[in-house]
Amino acid sequence: MRALPLMVLSVFGALCGAAASSSASSAFNDLDEIMGLLAMRQHGRVEFVEQQFLKVLSHPIESSGELRYDAPDRLEKRTLKPRAETLVLTGGVLTVERAHSRHVMDLHAYPQVQPFVESIRATLAGDRSALERLFHLDFTGSVARWTLTLVPLESKVKQSVAQVRIDGARDQLLKVEIRQPDGDRSLMTLRPSTLP
Amino acid sequence: MIVRRARVLIVWIGCIAFAAFVVARARYITDLSAFLPANPTPVQQLLVDQLRDGPASRLILIAIERGDAAARDRVSAAMVDRLRRDSQFSSVNNGEVAGQRDREFLFQHRYLLSEAVNAERFSASGLNAAVKETIDNLASPAGLLFKSLLPRDPTGELLNILDQLARAPAPQSRDGVWVSADGTRALAVAQTAASGSNSDAQSRAIDAIRSAFAAAALNSKQVSSSPQSSSSPQSSGSPQASVSPVQLRLSGPGVFAVAARAKIERAAVRLSIASSILVVALLLIVYRSLPALALGLLPVTTGALVGVAAVALGFGAVHGITLGFGITLIGESVDYSIYFFIQSRHARNVAAGPNWQQLWWPTIRLGMLTSVCGFASLLPSGFPGLKQLGLYSISGLLAAGLVTRFVLPALLPQDFAIRDVTPLGNRIAGLLQGVRRIGRPALVLWSAALVLLAIAVLYHDRATLWNRELSALSPVSLEEQNYDAQLRADLGAADVGELVIVSGPDMESILRGAERAAQVLQGLVEDKVIGGFESPANYLPSMATQETRRSSLPSAPELRANLKQALEGLPLRADRLQPFLEDVEVTRHGPLMTSRDLAGTSLDAGFGALVLHQRDRWNALLPLRSAAPGRAIDMARVVAALNDGKVGEARVLDLKQESDALYADYLSEAIRYSLGGFLALTVLLLIALRSARRVTRVLVPLVMAVLTVAAGLAVCGVHLTILHLVGMLLIVAVGSNYALFFDRQPHATGDGEALTLASLLIANASTVIGFGLLSFSQIPVLVALGTTVAPGAFLALLFAAIGAPAANADAQPA
Repeated sequence: MRALPLMVLSVFGALCGAAASSSASSAFNDLDEIMGLLAMRQHGRVEFVEQQFLKVLSHPIESSGELRYDAPDRLEKRTLKPRAETLVLTGGVLTVERAHSRHVMDLHAYPQVQPFVESIRATLAGDRSALERLFHLDFTGSVARWTLTLVPLESKVKQSVAQVRIDGARDQLLKVEIRQPDGDRSLMTLRPSTLP
Repeated sequence: MIVRRARVLIVWIGCIAFAAFVVARARYITDLSAFLPANPTPVQQLLVDQLRDGPASRLILIAIERGDAAARDRVSAAMVDRLRRDSQFSSVNNGEVAGQRDREFLFQHRYLLSEAVNAERFSASGLNAAVKETIDNLASPAGLLFKSLLPRDPTGELLNILDQLARAPAPQSRDGVWVSADGTRALAVAQTAASGSNSDAQSRAIDAIRSAFAAAALNSKQVSSSPQSSSSPQSSGSPQASVSPVQLRLSGPGVFAVAARAKIERAAVRLSIASSILVVALLLIVYRSLPALALGLLPVTTGALVGVAAVALGFGAVHGITLGFGITLIGESVDYSIYFFIQSRHARNVAAGPNWQQLWWPTIRLGMLTSVCGFASLLPSGFPGLKQLGLYSISGLLAAGLVTRFVLPALLPQDFAIRDVTPLGNRIAGLLQGVRRIGRPALVLWSAALVLLAIAVLYHDRATLWNRELSALSPVSLEEQNYDAQLRADLGAADVGELVIVSGPDMESILRGAERAAQVLQGLVEDKVIGGFESPANYLPSMATQETRRSSLPSAPELRANLKQALEGLPLRADRLQPFLEDVEVTRHGPLMTSRDLAGTSLDAGFGALVLHQRDRWNALLPLRSAAPGRAIDMARVVAALNDGKVGEARVLDLKQESDALYADYLSEAIRYSLGGFLALTVLLLIALRSARRVTRVLVPLVMAVLTVAAGLAVCGVHLTILHLVGMLLIVAVGSNYALFFDRQPHATGDGEALTLASLLIANASTVIGFGLLSFSQIPVLVALGTTVAPGAFLALLFAAIGAPAANADAQPA
């Protein structure tokens, strides 16, 4: 279950994007204000393309699909290619659905995962101080082009996730990159949904 | 006279000593097999074995309730971890694939277990497709779990096997721990090493689970109250105490058997004590003499001792239920001494008249013999418990009768005196006179009306009159049965349902048969005739299949060449997959799996539950699931498909229907035998009384009592079981004594009638007390007996008394 935080995070990163994507553009140039805007979103929908860079593979593998967010706490990652899979995070419960199987996990029972759940809530609620309790935050760049780097504070979490890097332009999230301690990483690129 | 007396006592003491010797050395069985039918056909044998010793009988379903989800999961994990190290359990599972051992086993044997393994799979194109799919899987977070396995398992056989196993209805799981559909319970399944019918071992296993739970719950409480959790924002607001502590609840055949045994033992002890006290009190009030009380209990105690000894000699072992309730069945023998004391007093008072032996004994003897006729109908029963009760009652009653006839007179002291019950008798006689004043035609009319009403009720309810389900005898309450069903549904554990059975002379043959049957059944799944099925071959493929898979693995150079070709255009370099080449080579030269390899894994339980070994027969069980909840399986199509598929050794068994049919057979057999017993009793009376009219007079009150009680039970919504039938036999057995006494009334005079009435009323009171108490027990078997016999015995007396005037009128001068 060491990969679990990673799974959660891959939903998390994406959903921050989902929450942000459909917001109207504005001129906030401060992290607090960006997060405040995120918190105002009731619904979000965005397409993603995710690349996994695994050491064992000589070139990255790609998946794509759609992300959705419904306030207050429903988050969904629907992968369409290369194979259908749906992850839903409702409250603290993660449901993974594939063609023949369905798994439900209550994330509350995993202390090492708790920070991620809290951080999703905190981010969507625009609660910067809650985020800072769990991650070391590093905000660089300008409003037009910014980068937020999250480094877990807890060592248990660090075993599966080294850092999360979110690139954005104004209140639009462009990329979410998750680095694993073994050097493998995933990069998710986001754009407004054109799916029906 | 004295010599004769001494001889009688010596014979009696000799018999008692021998019986005591036999009883002391007898073997006693305390499981519930008394009410599992003995076994005529192989299919029924399978069924009985399944119920008694089958792997399903070794399952203990464990539910953890209350508390919060996290606490339940923690406790479940800790408890299971502890139980897994306990040798009493062959397996314990709560859904954690955790079984590190499981994973290792599946992974180690992946090329023998995976259905996808064939020669095509390891060709260049097959490898290309398989590796591509594995890489696709890696793209998903779930697939990432297998990332580290890629170099050894690039074709994803482990995932294939997990999917194969997941075809069985898996319970919902949360955090890797099984939970109920509504998420309020954490679930686990333990399988005991000992058989389900070994109640002592089951009881120890249950205790082990309880203590493992208690330890886990205690630990969990300490964890949750540690400062760590107080960092969560919610918990600072709400006090810890608001969350109720986790609770354990167990279910399953072994749990039921142990609970039922405890219940029956408790009830037997409590009810025996209560009814003994009441009957002793009653006798003391009547006799006002301790010696009389002691002597009065001699026939029944001798009868009980002889009864147990007879059963021990006849059956080799005595069922607990025989021991517990036999004495209730021969409670009638307390009546013998009541008749003896009260009536012999009268006989002595009438100095010149015939003595008790001449005057009353023939009637008691006839009553005893009619009872014996009644109980004899239990002897051919298919249920060992009923057989034993029959033998016990017959030998007990005969012994009690002989003690009353020979030993009591020999032991009776010269100055023996009990309280004169003539006044009581006179009062009853007065009451009876009052009833008789209504007039015979009116009474006949009333009786006829009552009988007609009873028949009408019985006819109206004829369809639902008898409970034809085996569960009717179960000491498990409906609530517990429902809870069990709920847990099974949540766990996807196969309930007693529809099965395909493949039989053969050895394990290999049944596994091959199961694999052939599985091909047919898979077609039925696709046609939506069935929803799915399980097979032991999913856990352990036949040697033949394993051999086919192993021989389809290419040699190292060939595989290397194929792989090189397969990886063209894929983002995976062949040199990364050296471990894969090595593993395949190990499997190629390694041994095939046997059932021993499953030991220590949770798969062992799954496999063990589906394989039955009986003497020289092996059976593979393939439980079927319906295509949709609540939809019946079209078994005819299953049979047809198996026939078309030429799976000759496969049979189809509807377990529930079969067991109910089995019970229904026994029930109608018991009804037939009871009617036979009644017929024998009628013949006996005809021979003894030599008058059809008198026989009718004796039998009519009994038949009326039985009909009225049956109708009464039907009106109360009770469905009759075999035990009600036994109760009716008892009504006839006990009631025949009453009726016979009233029948011989004309020969008695004055005080004689009063004394008869008094002794009958007291005897009846003791019977009604004894059986009345049974109705208050929680055990269906006992309630059935109690609610039938207590009112029935009273009604038999009432009807016999009311019916008597004709005889009286004959005797009275007009």
